Amino acid sequence: MRLLDVDNLRTWFYTRNGIVRAVDGVSLHVEPGETLGIVGESGSGKSVANLSYLGLVPSPPGKIVSGSAMFDGVDLLKAPAPVLRSIRGKRISMIFQDPMTALNPYMTVGKQVMEPLLVHDGLGRAEAADRAAQMLESVGLQDAAGPEARMRAYPHHLSGGMRQRVMIAMALVTHPQLLIADEPTTALDVTVQAQILELIKQMQRRLGTAVILITHNLGVIAGTCDRVLVMYAGRILESAPTRDLFYSPRHPYTRALMDSMPSARKPGEELYTIPGLPPELTSEIVGCPFAPRCAHTADICRHRPALLKEVARGHATACTRVQTGEL
Amino acid sequence: MTPYSLALVRTPMLELRDVKTYFQIQRGSFFKRTAAVVKAVDGVSLDVARGEIVGLVGESGCGKSTLARTVVRLVAPTAGQILFEGRDLAALSPRQMRKVRPRLQMIFQDPYASLNPRMTVSDALAEPMLVHGVARRREVAAKVAALMERVGLARRYMKKYPHEFSGGQRQRIAIARALALDPALIIADEPVSALDVSVQAQILNLIKQLCRDHNLTLILISHDLAVVRHLAQRIAVMYRGQIVELGDAEQICSNPRHPYTQSLISAIPLPDPDKEAARMRQ
Repeated sequence: MRLLDVDNLRTWFYTRNGIVRAVDGVSLHVEPGETLGIVGESGSGKSVANLSYLGLVPSPPGKIVSGSAMFDGVDLLKAPAPVLRSIRGKRISMIFQDPMTALNPYMTVGKQVMEPLLVHDGLGRAEAADRAAQMLESVGLQDAAGPEARMRAYPHHLSGGMRQRVMIAMALVTHPQLLIADEPTTALDVTVQAQILELIKQMQRRLGTAVILITHNLGVIAGTCDRVLVMYAGRILESAPTRDLFYSPRHPYTRALMDSMPSARKPGEELYTIPGLPPELTSEIVGCPFAPRCAHTADICRHRPALLKEVARGHATACTRVQTGEL
Repeated sequence: MTPYSLALVRTPMLELRDVKTYFQIQRGSFFKRTAAVVKAVDGVSLDVARGEIVGLVGESGCGKSTLARTVVRLVAPTAGQILFEGRDLAALSPRQMRKVRPRLQMIFQDPYASLNPRMTVSDALAEPMLVHGVARRREVAAKVAALMERVGLARRYMKKYPHEFSGGQRQRIAIARALALDPALIIADEPVSALDVSVQAQILNLIKQLCRDHNLTLILISHDLAVVRHLAQRIAVMYRGQIVELGDAEQICSNPRHPYTQSLISAIPLPDPDKEAARMRQ
């Protein structure tokens, strides 16, 4: 049984400069308990796609033009607001890149972690406080003055890593089935990043939560995810189990992305660069969105719509030439 | 005093001797008192040879940016010597410092914040040349065009404003501006950390090529060890205001000695699932 099943999602923004097709035909699914990585560069639509099924895309200018997102029999894209509210923050939670802007600076962290329990689970204050204290302890929020002081701390008392732990506590305190983590470690130092990723994995094992991890960092994907989607210009260009994606990437964009990382080359060697820029999303793209920058472009790439097709077990790519066996 | 040219031959381009930059945190409004002292840079000594690329790595708050700002005298050092081409920058008056500045340029992380949004590319590139009197008005346009070509920006962009460019192109403008005065030493503070992987590769290649072509000396500050390892010959690792390890780039990355360097390197996520899995079992 799929936990989340998104089909042909299109989220467009109607701006003065035209229609921006931020997400343009994305289909994906999440199995219970698994970790799905979504990797892509800025503007690839990876965040907007995930905001879409939580009903968090500001409208106007945003509009969900087509698609469905089935979560336990409910289409999140068409669900009335009260239904969506009962799911969001309870059965699907989200953590963001910058915990300082996501946390309320006027509220103690204890109150913030209690909030979902009061709102969604209808617990009494005393019980909610107990559960929140336990949660803060299990995410490793430390305070020399004891658990009481931990609950009473304000976000500005805490370091970036500790704030992200509070966010994780808040997101997981209701034991959601799905956690969407959007660049959760991008603002953190590498040593703290390693701790936070380990914490997410640990909590996931304990609670059986499925995770969608959105990141631009392929290294983060390699160590945490079961499956990976590569996004570009609002579409999915490749989808594969993590090992397959890293050891036998099929789409030219994925390969170019891996080649342009400094770690792919010997020190001092010239890095591979992708020529050109990502396409403007204001004009409709016919054919493959990566075609203008691709080293393997043929005529067919510019005309035939590039659709995701399986080329090996569990491994799908949107490259027409790979599908036909030319590459 | 030794003649300037003689001093150049014998000494490294930049010599830091026990540099300290402390910040005093003041409390109270009328009767100010010093409540605490933050030792942002706490006794750093480092030699940088002509034409060398030295990487400076460390986590946020370790003092790497403060050290960079101290070297170019954007903040004054509390103690120590900053010998640049044989002269102690720490002892120079603001007027004397202004004469040295063209030789010593900086590139910042966020090219959107470091470029004036109301200046076109050609104005932004011409400004330093006119201020320091290295080009006459008549020559400026030609020099601007040459600079743009060096950093890979098409000449037709000359009259455009920063907001019309992508992040990578903006960083090219910032690099061109740093090169405008023909500096001897460039300090780049996280020049690629705001950029996407594919654009990052373009900018790293550009920096490398410029350093090679113009025999530039570069101090490259980054929290990303892979970036630093790719460009630098030597790496200095900073922790709590001090350099805890300094050595050959390959040596530091493959055989780190200091426990802090070891933990830093082991925390870097590798784009390789098998290596990552093996690491978790440790």
